[in-house]
Amino acid sequence: MRLAGDSEVSTLETPIGPATGRPPFLSQLHEWVTTVDHKKLGSMYVVCGIIYMIIAGLEASMMRWQLAWPGQTVLTPEEFNRLFTMHGTTMVFFVGMPILLGSANIMIPLMIGARDLAFPRLNAFGFWLFLFGSILLYFSYFGGQGLYGMGSAPDVGWFAYAPLTERTYSRGHSTDYWILGIFVAGIGSTATGINFIATILGMRCRGMTLMKMPLFVWIMLVDAILIVIALPPLAAAQIMLLFDRLLGAHFFDAQAGGSALLWQNLFWFFGHPEVYILILPAFAYVTEIIPVFSRKVIFGYPLMVAATVAIGFISLGVWVHHMFSVGLSPLINAIFMASTMLVGVPTGIKMFNWTATMIGGKIRFDTPMLFSIGFLCQFLMGGLTGIFLATVPFDWQVSDSYFVVGHFHYVLFGGLIFGILAATFYWYPKVTGRMMSETLGKWQFWLLIIGFNMTFGAMHVSGLLGMPRRIYTYQTERGWDLWNLLTSIGVIFQIAAFTLFAINLLHSAFKGRRAGDDPWDAWTLEWSTTSPPPAHNFDEDPVVYSRRPLWDLKHPEDPDWKYE
Amino acid sequence: MSTAPMTAYPTPPEALPQDGMSNGKFGIGLMIVSEITFFGTLIAAYVFYIGRDINPPYPQDVLEVSIAPFKVLFNSVFLLISSVWIWLAVRAMRKGRMGAFIFWWALTVVCGAEFLVGTGMEWYDMIVNDGVWIGTNLFGSGFYTVVGFHAFHVTMGLIVLTLILILALLGHVTPRNVEKIDLVSWYWHFVDGIWIVVFSVVYIFGNQAIT
Repeated sequence: MRLAGDSEVSTLETPIGPATGRPPFLSQLHEWVTTVDHKKLGSMYVVCGIIYMIIAGLEASMMRWQLAWPGQTVLTPEEFNRLFTMHGTTMVFFVGMPILLGSANIMIPLMIGARDLAFPRLNAFGFWLFLFGSILLYFSYFGGQGLYGMGSAPDVGWFAYAPLTERTYSRGHSTDYWILGIFVAGIGSTATGINFIATILGMRCRGMTLMKMPLFVWIMLVDAILIVIALPPLAAAQIMLLFDRLLGAHFFDAQAGGSALLWQNLFWFFGHPEVYILILPAFAYVTEIIPVFSRKVIFGYPLMVAATVAIGFISLGVWVHHMFSVGLSPLINAIFMASTMLVGVPTGIKMFNWTATMIGGKIRFDTPMLFSIGFLCQFLMGGLTGIFLATVPFDWQVSDSYFVVGHFHYVLFGGLIFGILAATFYWYPKVTGRMMSETLGKWQFWLLIIGFNMTFGAMHVSGLLGMPRRIYTYQTERGWDLWNLLTSIGVIFQIAAFTLFAINLLHSAFKGRRAGDDPWDAWTLEWSTTSPPPAHNFDEDPVVYSRRPLWDLKHPEDPDWKYE
Repeated sequence: MSTAPMTAYPTPPEALPQDGMSNGKFGIGLMIVSEITFFGTLIAAYVFYIGRDINPPYPQDVLEVSIAPFKVLFNSVFLLISSVWIWLAVRAMRKGRMGAFIFWWALTVVCGAEFLVGTGMEWYDMIVNDGVWIGTNLFGSGFYTVVGFHAFHVTMGLIVLTLILILALLGHVTPRNVEKIDLVSWYWHFVDGIWIVVFSVVYIFGNQAIT
């Protein structure tokens, strides 16, 4: 294994920078298009995810402009419907999924001491399916009604409830683009999930038993299992919808005996595990970051594993809580209310373990740690409103209101995006070889904390005051004016924060301080190789004896394996 | 910081070997898991719609469970027995008997092709004589989707099997490839296994007068 400090190898393996002359653009492009290297594919996933995050963020900003004051006419109702559909679909499938797949792609082989994923070409296949699936969705802006009809994007919401998606109500092909874009990307995600599981179970380095894996890898294993189990049902449901639309089948056609309720069941059978597929990677990031910046071992490793597996299991049996207001029997509602509340137990265990890791630690408040702490606070609030919403009577009261919108943004933005930002600041040095700017990072963090809470905190209030989601405007006498204005002002802070982030990403790639192999004094295997790692990752196959191989290496007098 | 290699630890604890299963087995096994959830969803929808049709023809008017040539039981026997042939083929290859491998492998292809032809004839009969197509009613929608996706999987399997047969006849497949050939047979067993479920649901369970 390569160790920190052997600089002569790192100069050989660093990608050719401007000083040594770049190869011609075309051959570089060819290299990226044909690559099967997990680090390059992972980087492309993440870069595409961030580009889509900007697009979907702009879509959200336009909606907030429209809703800032009552009776605005910035957008037509049709445009508004397309924007919330595209915003939701993009954020879930083309921001959350690629960034989680990309980060796992880069980190899993490095953390388990492997050369690459189990199936490198399948990995490339998965990435290109994702990219073309996402392009197919966005092509609907041009092709949705046919090119002569000046196209339009899907406008059926990200969960595309039947019968609104049936041919009768959704003319043209915009819904078909929604179906096919996600279907194609979903096949890629499933293939990559299979790839992750095979890699984690079959390619760990010598000595790395399952209970010596970094928790990142454990959580990604459960995540990949959820992907393999939950994505094919969506594909099947989408096939049925596609057959309804294109071949005249009657699955969701109530006039012919079909059932719109079945779509809701099938969609949420995918959709709820999908929520956990999205949030588990954020758990994975902070579980790696918090111990390093608290200078302590993670508290309760076995319990963290158990809690992750428990979340995976429970998440497959809670989907009906999205459908409480449909009017199912009280028994079914009660069962799913109980199972939903049960998720709070393992998640609570995780929250306590993270805080217990920080207690008594020598905490370093670098940007990754700031975002991790931000994650803990925001996600806690999202989790608590989640318990509110799991309570059937409360859900009836606020279902389809802005309260729900505020809740899931606390979970997915305050949880996932804060986790992603923490992970970006933490692993950027490993992937590019350069540090991101701490000053810009801290400015971004505080701007985002202010903007985020202003935007989504105010949504809870407007929701409780009765404002339904997905309305394109509202009258002034409703009492929602102030809260909507606050929500929209928060967006300005968020735009500022993400502009800083973009500047930071680009500027640091060229001008950032050189990171060295192990800038954070961390303990997992990825920090034992160069930054960026060579194509083959490790010069020697690593052997590990504990959960923190680099700690053992740095402290031979007091290695972890004596205690585990 | 120490620069000693990790292997130089004092009294290293147990250095454990990797798990025994190959990547390929994990890969195909997990693909089959994802396929099962895919088919599971389609079949769940089919079961959900049994007896909910408001327009004839109903399954019991159309589906003919018969052992006569090219009828569904006849085809099923061919498909299911092909699992035995492919098992014999892989076994022959493990023993290095390539002639026997080609014989059993070809027999698998023939049986699989018979199943597809039989399904095609059944569909022709249903579409032309009974007038049931995917848009006719709920039964048509479910039947052609579930049985159609199974037939699609058989077709994909047949393409792979035929390619391997051609490569074997050209001498490009040797007993050294047996692990990969074995994985193809896993897929074929899956296609046969899921047919048992599809057949039970569509032709037996859903084929009774529920009105």
